[in-house]
Amino acid sequence: MSSVAVARPSNESAWVLPSRGRVGMFTLIAAESAVFTIFVVAYIYYIGKSLSGPTPKDLLELPIFSTVCLLSSSLTIHLAVRALRQGRVGVFGFWWFLTMALGAIFLVATGREWHHLIYEKGLTISTNLFGTTYYSLVGLHAFHVTVGLLAIALAMIFTLLGKVKPEHSERLDVFSLYWHFVDVVWVIVFTVVYVIGR
Amino acid sequence: MKPSEQTRSLGRKIAGIAVLLAGFLLAATLCFGSSPNGSQIPSIFKPQSTPADSIFRLSLLVLTITGLIFIIVFSLLVYSVVKFRKRGGDDGREPPQVYGSNQVELAWTVIPVLVVLVLFFATARVIHSIQDAPKPPGTIEVIAIGHQFWWEFRYPALGVVTANELHVPVSDSSNPSPTFITLLSADTDHSFWVPRLAGKTDLIPNRENHTWIDPHETGLYLGQCAQYCGTQHAKMLLRVYVDSREQFDQWVEDEKKPAVVNDQVGEGRRIFETTACLNCHAVSGTVADGHFGPDLTHLMSRATIASGAAPNTPEQLKIWIRNPDSIKPGSLMPAMKLNEKDLDALTAYLVTLR
Amino acid sequence: MASDTIALGIADPDARPIGERLHDWVVTVDHKKLGILYILYSLLMLVIGGVEATIMRIQLIVPHNHFVSPQVFNRMFTMHGTTMIFFVAMPILFGFGTYLIPLMIGTRDMAFPRLNAFSFWMTAFGGLLLYFSFIGGNGLYGAGNAPDVGWFAYAPLTSRAFSPGHSTDFWTLAILVSGIGSIGTAVNFITTILCMRCPGMTLGKMPLLAWLNLVTGGLVILAVSPLTAAQIMLSIDRFLGGHFFDTQAGGAAVLWMHFFWIFGHPEVYVLIIPCFAFASEIIPVFSRKPIFGYPVMVGASVAIGFISMSVWAHHMFTVGMSSYGNAFFTATTMVIAVPTGIKIFNWIGTMWGGKIQFRAPMLFCIGFLFQFLIAGLTGIMLGASPFNWQLGNSYFVVAHFHYVIVGGILFTVFGAFYYWFPKMSGRMYSEALAKWHFWLFLIGFHLTFDFMHIPGMLGMPRRIYTYEPGRGWEIWNLIVTIGVFFQIAGVLVFVVNLLWSLLKGEPAGNDPWDAWTLEWSTTSPPPDYNYATIPVVESRRPLWDLKHPEDPDWKYE
Repeated sequence: MSSVAVARPSNESAWVLPSRGRVGMFTLIAAESAVFTIFVVAYIYYIGKSLSGPTPKDLLELPIFSTVCLLSSSLTIHLAVRALRQGRVGVFGFWWFLTMALGAIFLVATGREWHHLIYEKGLTISTNLFGTTYYSLVGLHAFHVTVGLLAIALAMIFTLLGKVKPEHSERLDVFSLYWHFVDVVWVIVFTVVYVIGR
Repeated sequence: MKPSEQTRSLGRKIAGIAVLLAGFLLAATLCFGSSPNGSQIPSIFKPQSTPADSIFRLSLLVLTITGLIFIIVFSLLVYSVVKFRKRGGDDGREPPQVYGSNQVELAWTVIPVLVVLVLFFATARVIHSIQDAPKPPGTIEVIAIGHQFWWEFRYPALGVVTANELHVPVSDSSNPSPTFITLLSADTDHSFWVPRLAGKTDLIPNRENHTWIDPHETGLYLGQCAQYCGTQHAKMLLRVYVDSREQFDQWVEDEKKPAVVNDQVGEGRRIFETTACLNCHAVSGTVADGHFGPDLTHLMSRATIASGAAPNTPEQLKIWIRNPDSIKPGSLMPAMKLNEKDLDALTAYLVTLR
Repeated sequence: MASDTIALGIADPDARPIGERLHDWVVTVDHKKLGILYILYSLLMLVIGGVEATIMRIQLIVPHNHFVSPQVFNRMFTMHGTTMIFFVAMPILFGFGTYLIPLMIGTRDMAFPRLNAFSFWMTAFGGLLLYFSFIGGNGLYGAGNAPDVGWFAYAPLTSRAFSPGHSTDFWTLAILVSGIGSIGTAVNFITTILCMRCPGMTLGKMPLLAWLNLVTGGLVILAVSPLTAAQIMLSIDRFLGGHFFDTQAGGAAVLWMHFFWIFGHPEVYVLIIPCFAFASEIIPVFSRKPIFGYPVMVGASVAIGFISMSVWAHHMFTVGMSSYGNAFFTATTMVIAVPTGIKIFNWIGTMWGGKIQFRAPMLFCIGFLFQFLIAGLTGIMLGASPFNWQLGNSYFVVAHFHYVIVGGILFTVFGAFYYWFPKMSGRMYSEALAKWHFWLFLIGFHLTFDFMHIPGMLGMPRRIYTYEPGRGWEIWNLIVTIGVFFQIAGVLVFVVNLLWSLLKGEPAGNDPWDAWTLEWSTTSPPPDYNYATIPVVESRRPLWDLKHPEDPDWKYE
């Protein structure tokens, strides 16, 4: 039996500590930010340093449509979680589905851009420094979108099966932190690759 | 533990530490004690050139300060361990529970900060004096290119190309003739380190680095590659010959000449020029113009072969050509698979390349 | 009680079948079992890494020795460094943290028990991957074996051109995989410490071990991630034809160095800060006084964490940075000495006026203080960049960092072992054997690493499989190698002590040291649930308050 260090009754303020899910997610986001920072630094360092091959100016066009989709999905996910917290599961399902669709559109648009770059413009990851850093950075981001999208799809399936309840809103709120992070990273990648780098 | 045991154990501990310290002091004396200038020990405490000398003098300051800090803190440590040990007749009560002291904390924050400031400014001056040193008119320019596992040295202004053994003139402070070395690499990272002449600087591919030396005394100075570059990093040795002005000028004259032609070794020369040798090696004045391996035009002017891995004698040359792996396993020169007769002829030819 | 004990050789009449007990260990999410798994794994790797070191030292005992070929030697130093850092030091410290943090903050487990298990098994798998290279590194391409690129694997030596075969890939993937495990552990540490402390335990009242592991967790998050990024980039270069570090395509070898050392420097603080934690728990108990200057210790540790992120290029003083770059990193490196020195002074302040008992944990911590002082001072010397131009990449550096890692980290780890072994196993170790361990290891350590500084000062670079006679290096290499055998003897005594004590040691009781933090209020070993009732605390030393109700800590804090 363990003995207990009982002290005199402490003052009556409740003992409240931050939520584990949130703190855990923030630390994960911090770690991922450090990873992305290194890829961004490499990208910036190598701007203009390719010895041969196509340059960003030749090949890149601003991906406005896909950016709008991805950033709007931050809004829709926020609306979804808010609806769930208020108990409106149907509305939640609607916004959640929209989030999934917008994320999917982003990925498809990225895929199409890459198809164009690889097959019509001949830019691959091994072409030159621009190719390596571009596909790595954008690809790393797309990978994170994909992982998020898989999680969203999973939740979508559970929603359709009727398993998602208002008490799950806290967990989905924590997940939405990840999704917002992915969007913030996109803002940075967009600025560095399509604005500064061109 | 019984009190007498405790004291004995303590006594042993202190004795042990004292013995080790004494040993260390002895060692220090052995290596810093005076030794003849011609000794081959590449000690950083025997500088013979301004960069090495500046570093040496900075090191004296740093060692003094850190030595003082060590003595003070070590004494405090020993004192507290001895004075505040639990004694024999202890009453079993806990000692006064002291939680801290703001004044003491302030003191031992402020003093280290001051020490750090002193050290930093002393260091910054030396950094600047070495890295931003100007080039006087008598400067000798050398380009050093690091290879796996040998050194290429080019003197563009003097038209000299050689390998592994660097010749520089002695530099007199009234009329300085330092040698400024541009450091490049043909493959992976290397590092140029001749401790008595300067600190080390790396040779990194796709990057130009610089270092300089101005040796004050003639002689041979030893060093080696100091950045792991692959299997034979250990045998990428350096020999820097600091010559008198006349000796250096003579050396340059000799190096500029094309290869000696000697008809008696025509067979060996034929083998050299018709087998794979000329793919990697250059002999100026002949058709051999390969650049993967060292320039052999004046091979016999060098004291060693394979970047210091073996002495430069006909026997060693033969062994090297027959099977480089027996001298330097992992070196990039392949075994040439010649029969003994061809090997003899080839060696006889190489031996004429003075 | 029977079902709660950790089934490690303790005779128990109603023990379950061995298969079931082993299965328990494999699927466990209990932080105590996972902590012990980490520690046992590290001990195994310590022995393997030690064998690799011994092989190198035998090769270097005389010049031009032929004990092993250069290829084997180069694999040895690569594997020794990689093993010791990633598969000994990190796991053993994570293991102690995993075991102790929930107990010391008065909770029942970590915040994410399944993540905890996942992190351990990822780390273990990484080690397996690294050692599989000995047989698998020949791959389909017929070249390579264990990696031989050095533990920091500078580009472009690691490119396909210079490292054909798969040996480097095993290195890259092993570290990538174990890095994911490390990040998981860090997430757990931070979340547990911030979110699960028992009532009354504000941040200002938690044990220093908790604070220091919080800082460590933060450093792991910020430091291991850049390494993960760099490993991904290296893999893209090696597998997909990328050019991140391809100097032929305009890439920069120096970029790898920056990325690696942005990891590498905070990493060494990840290794030493938990050891500061051990010293901060052990020294007060065996001096019979509270830690001197708790708030300053916390502040200094946090400061060290922050500053450590700004010193990385002191590993790169020789690559040809500008004089401003060199001066900057010299400055930050020297600045970090200030909070570090403050901590040493505070430990001395803790012992000052106390009643010091020289039990094994305390002996090792006193050794740590003495050795860490010297290591810090040689670090200052190396921080002065011109001095570094001479001593960098030489045996002086090797001596310095082994002084920290063996003289600082390993000593406190041994101290922690002896201190918490009674709690973890319920048995007391043999004090006599522990003292033999201490003295043998101390002598061996000093023989090896004191004298190792000298060849560095005489021009001997590191990572060379042999050296030339006549440079004055022979005698020192001989002495260094002799010291190794004393260390081996010490470690053997340690292992014997562990095993013997597990089987035959005296029952330890809850609190053999008369200590003051919460873990000593549970049984030894603690029950699965740690605490039947979550404790409520009022001060930094809850058990002192209980034992001294007339003079509790909370009156003075």
